[in-house]
Amino acid sequence: MAERVQPISLSTLGGAAVVALLLVLTLGTLGAVAWRAEEVSALSNNDWSAVRFNLWQAALSAVLSAVCAIPVARALARRQFRGRGVLLTILGAPFILPVIVAVLGLLAVYGRSGIISDMLIWAGLEPISIYGWHGVVLAHVFFNLPLATRLILQGWLSIPAERFRLAQSLGFTSRDIMRHLEWPMLREVLPGVVMVIFLICTTSFAVALALGGGPKATTIELAIYQAFRFDFDLSKAALLGLVQFAICALLALASLGISVPSGQGAGLDRVVPRNDGSVVIDTIAIGVVALFLITPLAMIVAKGVPGLFELNLGILGAAWRSVWVAVASAILTIVMALALALLSRKWGRGVEAVGYLSVAASPLVIGTGLFILTYRWIDPVLLALPVTVVVNAAMSLPFTLRALSPALRQVEDDYGRLASSLNLSGWARLRIVLLPRLRRPLGFGAGLAAALSMGDLGVITLFADPTRATLPLTLYNLMTAYRMDQAFAAALVLLALSLTLFWLFDRGGRVDADV
Amino acid sequence: MLTFESVVVRQGEFTLNADLSIEEGAKVSIIGPSGAGKSTLLSALAGFTSVAQGAICWKGHDIARDASGDRPLAMVFQDSNLFPHLSVAQNVGLGLKPSLKLSSGELDLVKQSLLRVGLEGFEDRKPAALSGGQQSRVALARVLLRDKPLMVLDEPFAALGPALRRDMLALVGEIAQEKGLTVLMVTHDPKDARQLDGDTILVADGVAHAPVPTGPFLDAPPDVLREYLGS
Repeated sequence: MAERVQPISLSTLGGAAVVALLLVLTLGTLGAVAWRAEEVSALSNNDWSAVRFNLWQAALSAVLSAVCAIPVARALARRQFRGRGVLLTILGAPFILPVIVAVLGLLAVYGRSGIISDMLIWAGLEPISIYGWHGVVLAHVFFNLPLATRLILQGWLSIPAERFRLAQSLGFTSRDIMRHLEWPMLREVLPGVVMVIFLICTTSFAVALALGGGPKATTIELAIYQAFRFDFDLSKAALLGLVQFAICALLALASLGISVPSGQGAGLDRVVPRNDGSVVIDTIAIGVVALFLITPLAMIVAKGVPGLFELNLGILGAAWRSVWVAVASAILTIVMALALALLSRKWGRGVEAVGYLSVAASPLVIGTGLFILTYRWIDPVLLALPVTVVVNAAMSLPFTLRALSPALRQVEDDYGRLASSLNLSGWARLRIVLLPRLRRPLGFGAGLAAALSMGDLGVITLFADPTRATLPLTLYNLMTAYRMDQAFAAALVLLALSLTLFWLFDRGGRVDADV
Repeated sequence: MLTFESVVVRQGEFTLNADLSIEEGAKVSIIGPSGAGKSTLLSALAGFTSVAQGAICWKGHDIARDASGDRPLAMVFQDSNLFPHLSVAQNVGLGLKPSLKLSSGELDLVKQSLLRVGLEGFEDRKPAALSGGQQSRVALARVLLRDKPLMVLDEPFAALGPALRRDMLALVGEIAQEKGLTVLMVTHDPKDARQLDGDTILVADGVAHAPVPTGPFLDAPPDVLREYLGS
């Protein structure tokens, strides 16, 4: 691009405003919480045990997810079977599945009155309990095994088919193929997979809130929640927030050295037909994982349908609030993502990095920080939902940015010169070239943000006010009150709304899009 | 007159020097080995690559620091000349107004220019519904409306077969004649240069040489070009 002196444009101003907002949200709120803390308290033994638990549950969840995903990915890579496409879709679903819905589904299978306990009692054995560290790890594996499978499957499909053909013509056994083709690929892919899942599990809150707790199963986020909610100990919350930031920053630094997979590779529908390997093992791998993933969701549907007729106004009101929070949050997310992506073309990639800061931030610290910054002027109760909108948008931003930013680069590579030569700049360039060309990633990003926000059980937990509860919070309250019929019905509604919102936005980006 | 006055363009390790002038109304082919800087020369002229030193003057005014769209030239690219999500009429209309808010008089102009390139009645189609040759015609219809004194083509019509390419080059020649345009065209095919007639600029080893008449130049090409052409 020819450099030329330009007046500061509206998009630069907008982008700079978004950068400022994100810096305030992620770092500013942490500072505000620390500043308001009346006395500096050191982390107690309990807090340190939360940090330790956080690290080892994340490590265990990451390693278990990755290891269990290997046989599944291998089976998917080399077998073509009926329902393979459906299974791949299901493997993509946990990302937009509300955490609390999945937890309820897992309870229905592994809980004290779940189907497995029922079978054990029937056989004269003790029922099992899902509460505790193993429940937290189980839920994390439920969420991340699919992600790991997709990432490792990508690795498998990145091995050229010619190599397998060559291996066959050289008379390789399965063991030889493993040693010469598959193991080198896995060594490349696995560290990144483990790293991504470790990061996801490090900042986990809703799972720990619902299934963990106590000295042996408290994550850092949960400890932050307890510091606010029960002790109102701001300095402890700020310290824990800093510890979380530090862990995530270390992870980010460590990940510079290894290739972190993008998770967006297309073409998972390809199969490299091979005549090695055991059909039995592959069938078991696929069968077990399908059962593991589908049963909890099937339980939600089965147990939720009868209760649908007993939904009360409280639940429906919460559903309505959640929908508009999700839609507002989705719109805010794509506006911020677009502004950041545009600004990073002028000021460099560092701008985009600001958008990824929220990966390390604690939504609870952000929420509390916002209250501390504003409570003198605005009634905190009025801010509950607006704050939820903003925090959810910031938390969804990294995923949306990841979809949007490469797409914007592609559009500028393909059409930037043509647009410049036609004097398309500023608003006209955005309206005539960029927005129409970016409809797909924008729709996908908005769908993702809407679904994540719809299912979010994070910052909203700081407010107990039932007149402002979102559907996930209402569902959590129903669960803790053991009103299970209503809980399952509410979970079914929440699940349906999340999937519908994602589908609508994503679809909106695809219809009529001229490639 | 279009003048490159001691122009130096740097792209990483690569440097291109140009010191030459082109008469108004001339038809100039730019030819040379791959990677020698043909497209860099065009990029500098169009404003996609900044000039490190020197001036590019059109009628005595230095345009080397103007924004791409403000320079006195209309571009035809190798490919991606049309926005796939806009109709033919909109793609052409962009040549009149980037905002695409066209008056009925301007819509008439769009119609006329489509008529001129033989695409009457194609207004509402999308580029995907056109053949390669028709897409090139749409790009030329837009050049007509841009009303700029220079027409700059970067290896145009590369995706077309030989016969279609000949037709399109003939259309370029006619349009240039009618509107009195100065034409600059990068090509790797000496046949295109011969058909355009006029002059040729040789770009080789980081230097853009002054234009010389095409016919005699191609009849006795210098060694560096002979090697590239393989003749």
